[in-house]
Amino acid sequence: MQRTNVLSYLEDNIASCSEKLSFCSVERQMTFQEVYDESRSIGSFLCKKGYSGEPVVVFMPKRPETITAFFGVIYSGNFYVPIDSEMPDFRIRLILKNLSPRVIITDGETLPEVEKCEFTGDILLYDEISKNGEDSETLQMVREKQLDTDPIYVVFTSGSTGIPKGVIANHRSVIDYVENLSEELNFSSETIFGSQTPLYFDACLKELYPTLKFGACTWLIPKSLFSFPIKLVEFLNEHRINTICWVVSALTMISSMKTFDKVVPQYLTNIAFGSEVFPIKQFELWRNALPNASFTNLYGPTEATGMSCFFHVDKDRHFEADEPIPIGRPFKNTEILLLSEDGKLVKDGETGEICIRGTCLTLGYYNDYQRTDEVFVQNPLNNRYHELIYRTGDLGKLNEKGELIFISRKDYQIKHMGHRIELSEIEVIANEYDGIGMSAATYDKEKGKITLFYQGEAEVKDVILFLKAHLPRYMLPNRTVKLEKLPFTANGKIDRKTLMDM
Amino acid sequence: MDDLLSILNGLHPEVDYETEDGLIDSGILDSFDIVTLVTEIQDTFDVTLDASDIVPENFNSAGAIFALIEKKQEEDA
Repeated sequence: MQRTNVLSYLEDNIASCSEKLSFCSVERQMTFQEVYDESRSIGSFLCKKGYSGEPVVVFMPKRPETITAFFGVIYSGNFYVPIDSEMPDFRIRLILKNLSPRVIITDGETLPEVEKCEFTGDILLYDEISKNGEDSETLQMVREKQLDTDPIYVVFTSGSTGIPKGVIANHRSVIDYVENLSEELNFSSETIFGSQTPLYFDACLKELYPTLKFGACTWLIPKSLFSFPIKLVEFLNEHRINTICWVVSALTMISSMKTFDKVVPQYLTNIAFGSEVFPIKQFELWRNALPNASFTNLYGPTEATGMSCFFHVDKDRHFEADEPIPIGRPFKNTEILLLSEDGKLVKDGETGEICIRGTCLTLGYYNDYQRTDEVFVQNPLNNRYHELIYRTGDLGKLNEKGELIFISRKDYQIKHMGHRIELSEIEVIANEYDGIGMSAATYDKEKGKITLFYQGEAEVKDVILFLKAHLPRYMLPNRTVKLEKLPFTANGKIDRKTLMDM
Repeated sequence: MDDLLSILNGLHPEVDYETEDGLIDSGILDSFDIVTLVTEIQDTFDVTLDASDIVPENFNSAGAIFALIEKKQEEDA
């Protein structure tokens, strides 16, 4: 039968995997049965309270229970919106304003943070709604009404105007992604994932739904370990982790510290990476340390649900030091169009904007038709019927082997430690500070360093504190510099090139 | 030590580095900070840190970090 609901992955396996571990952290290891029971309890509770087809904010730390709460929200016919205490209050308020949610699920640890947000709706505690048992009849009724075009989550990404954008994905786009990703990466019931990415981005889809689909297992790696390479590898070995889908900066953190001289991941056979360019020198260190592992480069924007393209790196493929690893080709059922400025296909080998077509397209940005319509547009190659494509703003080309290569951005969006950031969002926020006349943010790709330059009376120290209160952790500049005057080009624009050299 | 303090103040100006001895244990420095710190230390002090240096006990206080830098400088000399 055709799969139309992501929860059917869990239901298909529950009989055979009930006692198997599913999502695990150091504090709690949950079996599939526990995930099933607790998520159905949460789903039943939300239904009873009358929530339906609306956003349910899940404001919890990275834990197995948080994932279970996501599934609970889907059971109730609503969609989950993950929020993390890493986000500053200011941003959380912007997100809540965009969503106008009536309910937030939290736990004892994050409850004080929720209370700081001046949220006036219903606040539910995980422990109080996850152990009440299920109302199977109600859950069945919700299920019968659910369509595969209904949303299942909203995740927020950086917006150049200073207002984050909430990307809405549905069952259909997630199922399409999970099926094709799993096939290309050979996930199975033996797979043990080591999860690095936060739960408030779509990056965690790679572990969440394949774990359900195969009755596999996911270990949530404590964030603090990503500061300490040896401890991190020891954790991978202790839990026999064989599969990781990490951002490149997490991988290079290990390889650049000569960790492999001391300790090597013993069970790791499947390594996927993405979101950033992998420096070849670091990549070779990984390949030498794990000659039998498979390495896959992934590429894709949140707006097209997770990843859209993949490239398996052949064992004997040689790369020059400055050569990018290709992003390869799209998953099955996804098409990449390389379009010129005037909306035509570019010739082979020429550079064009990467545009995406297929079921993978999300539903756009929540409560924001204007910004949705700017990038989810009618396919310019089709003038006969409605057909949307997503314009990524990324430039790409095909190499002589016909493999897709990522070249650069069209704008000031960057990828920093695996996170997508609009540099102008940092500037917009900084300019709101009283003592700042004007500011400019630059990014040094080689060093992975964001620098904010500003002119104005403000003290550097106070600017840093202000930014911390308004920007998420991953968007904070690594260096903040006060200048007498920002440099300008002849035609009156901020001279970013000069700043880059400062 | 002043160079180190200026790097640390650039990350967390609100911390009193004279007395704070739980930079890692109290969760003040996160993985972003450690990555920045390691790069800045290597650039500023011309030392090379490897995996066995990057352990929590070496980063809990400004004093501990400075001791690590001095140790590396002696080793390299």
